[in-house]
Amino acid sequence: MDAPVLNVEGLKTHFFTRAGVVKSVDGVSLQLAPGEILGLVGESGSGKSVTGFSILGLIDPPGRIVEGTVRLEGRDLTTLDDKAMSRVRGKDLAMIFQDPMMTLNPVLKISTQLIETVLAHAPVSKAEARQRAIAALAMVGIPSPEERIDAYPHQFSGGMRQRVAIATALLHRPKVIIADEPTTALDVTIQSQILAKMQELCREIGTAMIWITHDLSVVAGLADRVAVMYAGRIVETGPVGAVLDFPHHPYTQGLIGSVPSHAEPGARLAQIPGATPSLSALPDGCAFAPRCAKAIGLCRREAPQIEPLGMASVACHVAQGTGGLE
Amino acid sequence: MFAFILRRAGQGLLVIAVMVVLVFFGVNVVGDPVWILVSPDMTQDQIAEVARSLGLDRPIQEQFFLFVGGILQGELGRSFVHGTPAIGLILERMPATLELALVALMLAIVVGIPLGLYAGLYPDSAPARGIMAVSILGFSLPTFWVGLMLIMVFSVMLGWLPATGRGPVGHFLGIPTSLVSWQGWVHILLPAINLALLKISLVIRLARAGAREAVLQDYVKFARAKGLGRGRIVGVHILKNIMIPIVTILGLEFGSLVAFSVVTETIFSWPGMGRLLLEAIQRLDRPVIVAYVIVVVCLFVVINLMVDIIYSLLDPRVRLSEAAT
Ligand SMILES: Nc1ncnc2c1ncn2[C@@H]1O[C@H](COP(=O)(O)OP(=O)(O)OP(=O)(O)O)[C@@H](O)[C@H]1O
Ligand SMILES: [Mg+2]
Repeated sequence: MDAPVLNVEGLKTHFFTRAGVVKSVDGVSLQLAPGEILGLVGESGSGKSVTGFSILGLIDPPGRIVEGTVRLEGRDLTTLDDKAMSRVRGKDLAMIFQDPMMTLNPVLKISTQLIETVLAHAPVSKAEARQRAIAALAMVGIPSPEERIDAYPHQFSGGMRQRVAIATALLHRPKVIIADEPTTALDVTIQSQILAKMQELCREIGTAMIWITHDLSVVAGLADRVAVMYAGRIVETGPVGAVLDFPHHPYTQGLIGSVPSHAEPGARLAQIPGATPSLSALPDGCAFAPRCAKAIGLCRREAPQIEPLGMASVACHVAQGTGGLE
Repeated sequence: MFAFILRRAGQGLLVIAVMVVLVFFGVNVVGDPVWILVSPDMTQDQIAEVARSLGLDRPIQEQFFLFVGGILQGELGRSFVHGTPAIGLILERMPATLELALVALMLAIVVGIPLGLYAGLYPDSAPARGIMAVSILGFSLPTFWVGLMLIMVFSVMLGWLPATGRGPVGHFLGIPTSLVSWQGWVHILLPAINLALLKISLVIRLARAGAREAVLQDYVKFARAKGLGRGRIVGVHILKNIMIPIVTILGLEFGSLVAFSVVTETIFSWPGMGRLLLEAIQRLDRPVIVAYVIVVVCLFVVINLMVDIIYSLLDPRVRLSEAAT
């Protein structure tokens, strides 16, 4: 792997709520090579979005990054103040959100929202900024962008709005883009169009991407590597082919078993028994142990570390064989 | 757009018709204006003469039809007390009231929005708590009491500002106003603050609620993710969104500013139409009361129309044709 463009190490983001400390992200490490697409998957509430927002420095109180580093081309972003950070956001590091209906400001024209983004990072004239904005809209496949740019968000469909958000994110050809389930709110045909467009554009611009999703089939078609997240930690990561075809971690195995296409037609969907643990009261050992059919005594006592196993890396005592004769 | 204005004007006419009927007969229920106009030493004949000259000797239905006939010819009747056209009396006093209401509205915006915005962005800070406490006071203290306190502190004790009256009247674009001179501003400040207090509290609450809601929205997070500065996010993205409800409600509240000015005008001896109304009610000067009602309803119709237009300019999702239905 080339020198990673984004290197997250030991990231811990906790929310200090009245009900207790919610350990939404609890020791996540990720590496992203230039131009690479990483799929970040996991159940709802496993901390995927919080990971994304932490990387951008967009965690608000009562949340806080309590530990770890986020290095973008070697520079640790967690040490930057808000002003310095806002020079990185939208320029080298961009993000798109799940719900395109909510992402754009309803009372500002598309042109305003694009042009302000250009001007935030490039010392150009307003006319030049407008030209760049139009070019960005054309790039994401919005027809007749010269006219459409002066429309308001409500005059666009959901798919078109997501394209506008993507155009906004790509304006400054960022090194890394974090896409937080950007197709979940769209219908299936639009989903695949957007997916294909993102893949094409990232390849063209050389942008590396973290694609957050519930949907393993999207990861299979899109990503180079995948990271599986459970209760604030990465439990398994590696090349998509290796992880999806030969999953080591019982949780990954369970996730794959619950994908409809893997089941026999008419057969019941496999489900992981139990529910995700409360992030404010995690068990001592492996967070997945209470739901794991293969758990041994060690799993309940000691949290496993993530270690290389074959082509992937896995955090599981059983898979690593450290359980010994127990 | 044109159809929209026409429909609004039609609605306004309907309201005017209903109000005129109510006020016309309502005043008659309260008492007989003749008895207030005559002096005790007049003879029976003189009193009958007064009633006849004012047309008050006829049956009430007949008076009403004569009055409506007058309206249709553009004649609202003469004041029983002053003997001059009632509408003229009202219009003469209107600029003073509108001027007071406008300055109060401006105060509400200029003071209320920044304070409310701050309280919404930093809800747990000490200044925010202070702002909210003051706004609760603004809501709960009676206007007349605050007015008296203002006079006591700023006029009597400190001697900074005059307690009563309006400054010298000049002209601006042909409109008589006291706002063209320094003395005018000095005079209007206390009554305007008094009148604005309730609205300032209202705007603070609206702006705070709006800001608290807006900061949680995805579009604000996205604006941050784009790398925009805090100033632009608050001043453009958040402000433009919270202005929509504020402008709408304030526009509608402008009418109540005009109505509430009756109290403020009385305390500060402000020569506006509120005071005129009060005098007219005391003397059962029916033509003036009716004329006041007609003028105020017209004012409301025009204001509502303007609010709708501004609203549609601020919120691109609203079209006037839709708002009208
Ligand atoms: N502001 C906050 N205050 C307290 N807890 C929070 C806050 N934001 C997130 N969390 C907690 O962090 C955990 C992880 O949330 P996150 O949004 O990252 O999940 P996710 O993996 O993105 O889920 P989904 O797939 O549903 O989007 C959740 O349990 C959530 O309750
Ligand atoms: Mg999420």
